[in-house]
Amino acid sequence: MEKHYTDSKVKGVSTGTTILAAIFDGGVVIGSDSRASIGGDYVSSKTINKVIQVHDRIFCCIAGSLADAQAVTKAAKSHLSFHSVQMESPPLVVAAASVLKDLCYKNKEELQAGFMTAGWDRKNGPQVYVVALGGMLLNQQVTIGGSGSTYIYGYVDAKYKPNMTREECVQFATNALALAMGRDNVSGGVVHLVVITEKGVEHVVVPGDKLPQFHDE
Amino acid sequence: MAAAASMMPIFGHQISSKIDLVPDWSREEVSTGTTIMAVEYDGGVVIGADSRTTTGAYIANRVTDKLTRIHDRIYCCRSGSAADTQAIAEVVSYQLGFHSVELDEPPLVETAANLFRASCYRYREELMAGILVAGWDRRKGGQLYCVPIGGMLVRQPVAVGGSGSTYIYGFMDSNYKPGLNKDQCLELTASALSLAMERDGSSGGVIRLASISEDGVERRVILGDQLPRFSTH
Repeated sequence: MEKHYTDSKVKGVSTGTTILAAIFDGGVVIGSDSRASIGGDYVSSKTINKVIQVHDRIFCCIAGSLADAQAVTKAAKSHLSFHSVQMESPPLVVAAASVLKDLCYKNKEELQAGFMTAGWDRKNGPQVYVVALGGMLLNQQVTIGGSGSTYIYGYVDAKYKPNMTREECVQFATNALALAMGRDNVSGGVVHLVVITEKGVEHVVVPGDKLPQFHDE
Repeated sequence: MAAAASMMPIFGHQISSKIDLVPDWSREEVSTGTTIMAVEYDGGVVIGADSRTTTGAYIANRVTDKLTRIHDRIYCCRSGSAADTQAIAEVVSYQLGFHSVELDEPPLVETAANLFRASCYRYREELMAGILVAGWDRRKGGQLYCVPIGGMLVRQPVAVGGSGSTYIYGFMDSNYKPGLNKDQCLELTASALSLAMERDGSSGGVIRLASISEDGVERRVILGDQLPRFSTH
């Protein structure tokens, strides 16, 4: 709670968030909650979309200061589209992640945001990269982030299996986000999911009343 | 410290005075860390804990027993400051033993929980203790009471506590259902503790479990190589 109060004095609106990305057989799911709050006291938006498209089949999720995240993703988007024109082919997911990593690392003193990049490219198929607060870049099969993620480490460790089907993975992501939203007061609203495969991109929104419920609700 | 840091260049970069970029826990001395859990079932209660006591980065005791006997069929799971919880448990054991002799019958779990709450609430400014009180009595069967830091008292069918507990709220919410039997409770507790021990640096070692019912207390230990494992990625 202290940290959120400090956030609002320094940076304004913070997302206070739960974000998740997971690879399944043939693609990747990336998703988040939809709440933006000021200092944990006031919900400034109930339906903000934290899953941002940086290229045709590359999306990223933001955790931390909303202003920083928007500024960085805007810069990354323009970088990537230029790169894509130069290369005359769609960018690799690792290229997108590296662009974000560079921006985070070079500006680590000023920035207060972490990123998760997920996408599909022809060379390596579905991938998930995470750029942590200081600018470290890691490739993982499944990753979670944001304030609500602490409550679902156990669930994700237990439930994630490599090579799930698309339906299983979407259900896994929805459950994980719903559980986190149930325990973290600065995460909430609806679940935004984006499913990325070779064939294309699909947005799935799970509104509050359709979220899975657990025993004590 | 912030002023000195901002005047000292390292590798040509100015160190930021924004120390809030670094989480609080990395600047503080952690006295203990723990994961404790308890689950009620029909006829009793299952309790479990990890076995690590830390002072800062050093593991002072890697085989700690955090499941402390308060009476024949009443145990408590301790989290927070080791010294504080040991002292409170001793006081409550004494008070409860005395009360039981006066009544000439086994004490109620609710009585034990209230004694914990009384001490924890009265001295809430000085203490750092989060306790789960669990046991069996003839009146209400298996019961679990939560006395977190601050001295609140609430009965819950399932509860987790300690620094490692944050990582397993999601797992607990999704896997617990009312109406589990004793073996399912033991499995749930062992899995949850194992997951928390994987993620929390201050929890680890072995898993100590106990089940308390009318027939008595059964204790068991799950050693490191036998801990439940989940697909690693």
